[in-house]
Amino acid sequence: MRKTMTGLLAGIGLMWACGSSAQAQELTIFWAEWDPANYLQELANEYEAQTGVKVTVETTPWADFQTKAFTEFNAKGSAYDMVVGDSQWIGAASEAGHYVDLTDFFNKHKLNEVMAPATVKYYAEYPSNSKKYWSIPAEGDAVGWSYRKDWFEDPKEMEAFKAKYGYDLAPPKTWAEMRDIAEFFHRPGEKRYGIAIYTDNSYDGLVMGVENAMFSYGGELGDYQSYKVDGIINSEKNVKALEMYRELYGFTPPGWAKTFFVENNQAITENLAAMSMNYFAFFPALVNEASNPNAKVTGFFANPAGPGGEQFAALGGQGISVISYSDNQEEAMKFLEWFIKDETQKRWAELGGYTASAKVLESPEFQNATPYNKAFYETMFKVKDFWATPEYAELLIQMNQRIYPFVTAGQGTAKEALDSLAADWKATFDKYGRNK
Amino acid sequence: MATAVMTSLDTKSRSASRGMSDIRIRNLFIIPTILFLIVFNIFPLIYSLGYSFTDFRASSNAPANFVGLQNYRALLNDPFIWLNFAITAKYVIISVTGQVIVGFGTAMLLNRDIPLKGLLTTLLLLPMMLSMAVVGLFWKLLYDPSFGIINYTFGLGSFEWLSNPDMALYAVAITDIWMWSPFVMLLSLAGLSAVPKHLYEAAAIDRAGPFYTFFRITLPLVAPILMIAIIFRTMEAFKTFDLAYILTSQPTTEVISIRLYKMAFQEWQTGRSCALAYIVLIMVLAITNIYVKYLNKVKER
Repeated sequence: MRKTMTGLLAGIGLMWACGSSAQAQELTIFWAEWDPANYLQELANEYEAQTGVKVTVETTPWADFQTKAFTEFNAKGSAYDMVVGDSQWIGAASEAGHYVDLTDFFNKHKLNEVMAPATVKYYAEYPSNSKKYWSIPAEGDAVGWSYRKDWFEDPKEMEAFKAKYGYDLAPPKTWAEMRDIAEFFHRPGEKRYGIAIYTDNSYDGLVMGVENAMFSYGGELGDYQSYKVDGIINSEKNVKALEMYRELYGFTPPGWAKTFFVENNQAITENLAAMSMNYFAFFPALVNEASNPNAKVTGFFANPAGPGGEQFAALGGQGISVISYSDNQEEAMKFLEWFIKDETQKRWAELGGYTASAKVLESPEFQNATPYNKAFYETMFKVKDFWATPEYAELLIQMNQRIYPFVTAGQGTAKEALDSLAADWKATFDKYGRNK
Repeated sequence: MATAVMTSLDTKSRSASRGMSDIRIRNLFIIPTILFLIVFNIFPLIYSLGYSFTDFRASSNAPANFVGLQNYRALLNDPFIWLNFAITAKYVIISVTGQVIVGFGTAMLLNRDIPLKGLLTTLLLLPMMLSMAVVGLFWKLLYDPSFGIINYTFGLGSFEWLSNPDMALYAVAITDIWMWSPFVMLLSLAGLSAVPKHLYEAAAIDRAGPFYTFFRITLPLVAPILMIAIIFRTMEAFKTFDLAYILTSQPTTEVISIRLYKMAFQEWQTGRSCALAYIVLIMVLAITNIYVKYLNKVKER
């Protein structure tokens, strides 16, 4: 009996020993479940071929991503070595010590010159202008638009449009033109609708959508350094932008009240809408004939300008961070050193990833590789993002609570919604002592 | 006292031959359960009560500060929280009433000699055996305005069940009624079959009408077991999360548990969400107590 026990214990010990030594050669990256994660896995497979270190990209649906990641962080779990986390997490994750400080790494490799400025500012640096960096820009992303070229270029439609609105039918340059085009193509009797926009209020879908309007209308969410919001989030420009978003909602397909990237791509593939808002990250599926029967007749344009000529877009995308509780931090840093190399970034772009490397973005090779890469390149230099403070989730939920009833059900007015939001945000910042 | 109600161990059994006493066997069964309850229920319950008086956030390393009743005060003054409670109350009333009417009605229909009664009852129980999340995903497809079978069957065109803020809560309640009426039916059926036949015979001899028989014989005799079904369903409906969360994201369907989930796991306001959980707990306890009092009254009759 005793002998068997000793044998068993020795066996367990041996397994444990093997297990831990094998672990050092394995890295796990946590990300959301979408195409770019598959591209990253392909890239990581090439790393394994070169170094023998196995890198697994583990994914979870977008709706759970934030909850699952922070549950693991809060438990100080070592299940993941790196995370490709959302840009607005950076405050919460850095202040709580979940992310390893990458400032030295950043400076050593001069990453603020290598990567596009907006990606450094929003994916890596926290607090604003502090020169402290917490992640390496990995997947650049912003919101752009796809449209049905065949509908736009149909001579009959062009003639009718010109007769009605007095100018030529073409991809819109301004939000006002976009409204006209949406109205023009909105024909519920023919089961054709004007436009597809984000309305999902469970995470940041709706807020991102509205931000596109606000930023182009010249509005801001607040002062990211002094935390002042009153008079900024409820400015006249933002009120106008929100009213425009509400108006566009009137030209969406039926049941368009909980829609995000999946539905907005379906709007194009299922012949539902003339134009559709979406992150650039989802455009590869639209040029692929296997996933979009209308691939040949799908075009793309950048987020249009507002009435004052300003033109910005809401930032998506993520940086890659090393988790403080990982047992393999050194291995993870080695992976990052490989990841930021020019040739790796080039390969990353070839696989379908949206590199943040300025050199690759500027290359004609990249810009001509797909019908939307040029629009992406232009957009990445004029993006703005949501708050990145640790309490961003509260701010996000408050914004959803205030604007969703107005956008989808026309309850109250845009001014009322934004005034209430300004009060909510101020109370939240007071609670955390931000605006002292 | 406790040992008095226990039947003694059979002296010839294996346990007895191993020298185990009644008390030892009782402890063997009960102590693990009690320990489990203490570790996973009682301890977190008390621990979270402590947290509900602090500004603790599980997402940060900052120490928890005692804030007194601040969390409770803020929650009870938050108009959105009151709205969540009002939505929950409306949902509980619609869904439980619907389940009792449909469930009890089906039980009445089944409480007679019909062919294939057993098979029919089993088939009717199927919805109850499905996972909430799966039911939610299926009904989302059924309700779809463009290709959903419900609009197609009833010729409703592109009626928006889930994106219409006034309709969404009813749509969630209809799904809940579909899923849980069988539960009420099952309990009602047990109650109905226990009503002594001779009472109906006596009523028939006295020429009592069907309404009189129903309200004076059937309902009073089934009432206690029906009350138990209502208590269970009310508690469940009050805590409902999955169905409403999966089907729609309308603010008009944000029941209190969804708000609680968001507060705890998206905003990471751990202290405040503990306070909200306590408010919900007290409410459920109060409602259940009223029911139980009423149940005892019904039983006495």
